[in-house]
Amino acid sequence: MFDLNYWPLIGIPVVVLGFALRFNPLIVVTVAGLATGWAVNLDILTLLQTFGEKFMNSRQLASFILILPVIALLERYGLQQHAKNWIAQIQSATSARILALYFIVRECSAALGLLSLGGQAQTVRPLLAPMALGAATNKHGELPKPIKDMISAHAAAVDNIAMFFGEDIFIAFGAVLLMDAFLKENGIAGIEPLHIGLWAIPTAIAALIIHLFRLSRLEAKIALAVAHYKQQEV
Amino acid sequence: MSKVLTTDVTNSNATIITIENIYLLIGLVVMFLVVRTLQDTNHPKRLTTALFWLLFGSSFLFGDVSIALFGKANTYLWVGVSVVLIALLAGLNLVSMGSYQPLTEQQQTQSASRLGNKLFVPALMIPVITVLLTVSFDGIAIGDYYLLDQRHLTLASLTIACVSALLIGWKITGGNPIEAVTESRRLLDSIGWAAILPQMLAMLGGVFIVAQTGDSIKELVTLFIAPENRFMLVVLYCVGMALFTMVMGNAFAAFPVMTAGIAMPFLIEGHGASAAPLVAIGMYSGYCGTLMTPMAANFNIIPAALLDLKDKYHVIKVQIPTALALLTVNIILMYMVIFND
Repeated sequence: MFDLNYWPLIGIPVVVLGFALRFNPLIVVTVAGLATGWAVNLDILTLLQTFGEKFMNSRQLASFILILPVIALLERYGLQQHAKNWIAQIQSATSARILALYFIVRECSAALGLLSLGGQAQTVRPLLAPMALGAATNKHGELPKPIKDMISAHAAAVDNIAMFFGEDIFIAFGAVLLMDAFLKENGIAGIEPLHIGLWAIPTAIAALIIHLFRLSRLEAKIALAVAHYKQQEV
Repeated sequence: MSKVLTTDVTNSNATIITIENIYLLIGLVVMFLVVRTLQDTNHPKRLTTALFWLLFGSSFLFGDVSIALFGKANTYLWVGVSVVLIALLAGLNLVSMGSYQPLTEQQQTQSASRLGNKLFVPALMIPVITVLLTVSFDGIAIGDYYLLDQRHLTLASLTIACVSALLIGWKITGGNPIEAVTESRRLLDSIGWAAILPQMLAMLGGVFIVAQTGDSIKELVTLFIAPENRFMLVVLYCVGMALFTMVMGNAFAAFPVMTAGIAMPFLIEGHGASAAPLVAIGMYSGYCGTLMTPMAANFNIIPAALLDLKDKYHVIKVQIPTALALLTVNIILMYMVIFND
């Protein structure tokens, strides 16, 4: 235990400290990479090549850029306004109910492997957030920025949480195959992806219950914040 | 963590829509926005913002060509240098929003009431077409040609969905694709550096692999272990997964390290824990970490930018209570179900 080599760990305090001191994350991550490379005596050319290789090989992460022109065009022609007006026609719609309904649909569809049905750029920004905001505006009138932000942030959170905790039930999903491959590599036999998928179900249900419970209290929270805001205005 | 693995496909058949073509398309969009940025004379940081996106777009537009012409080593080197320059431009605060010409709110409201529910059609086309193509084009070939890249089926489907939605959007709104891409500059600029963070983190992960950081973490963690205390082992594994995921921004990177470091030797071999629930719940503990870290930029930071939130960490703050509650549930659940005696 005494021959523990701490040098490869240097990137971790750099990242934590960099974020804590609110440096730009791109600089923080780059410095962490440079520091780690330096700490393990990697020469600078090899290190830069590693940077380039990994950056090139992860370009699929930028695919959301292809969604932006469609969303930008529709927004120019009033998509967000229409989403708000449309939801205003449905009297029973509240922010919390819209988000709860979306959560259930998103988690179930993710469990069936339909991960692309939602997403931050394609559904949350153009549709879900404006609808949740529209329902709240319908009920309380024009909202101040902090309350709008709270509702929008909840819309983003619903998409993330529902997808994360639904997706591992789907046995052909990358995470399940990764776990399966790991177990086989380490000599543990007799486990099928199906077993892993089944054991994802209890946590998925817990996520549903916990988050729907939180959403059930969101309406009261919004009403309280609005009352507080109006009081301050007077 | 949004990629569904598809079956391995041999490269004997040609593919019409390849991943390289998609990167070229992304590169073209970004380069078009660079031109628009240069034309934006009211832009406070016009030249440096244009350079920032130019460097980023180059790896998409010229990356694969450069590999073919100059080899991998040279290409990776100039991309690596670009990455450092990108980080410097962002770090020195030389990248900003420009000036845009949106329609007035009144014009937008008029347009909204004129077009009505038709506005939803292109927006809904993106997810629906992506899912339909992903499901139906798995392994489909016309003669010797695969229509969609089989190793990147979701991405190829998404690309077709976006292009179709753009064309239908043109028909419905009258705004052509050039106008659409021009408009998207406002969105991409508001996302700004966060658009590049996910790739930067993948890069850092790669450096950690080369430096064998995982092995050091494994050794570090074992210093804290009391091998006979089952409950503490479960806590250490679950919390370790969450914390390491927060550092890496990705549960997939934490999983092999923590599972090989704690779960395999101490829980499975030491206490005969069953493997299936152990890894399933362990991975979910990592996801709890994903919900709480700015390092998972595409889930937590990009949305805050897309939704124009004042606080970049607002989405994370909303997610923390659910994440901590679920982490607790995971620990208790794991402790109850993995031991057979």
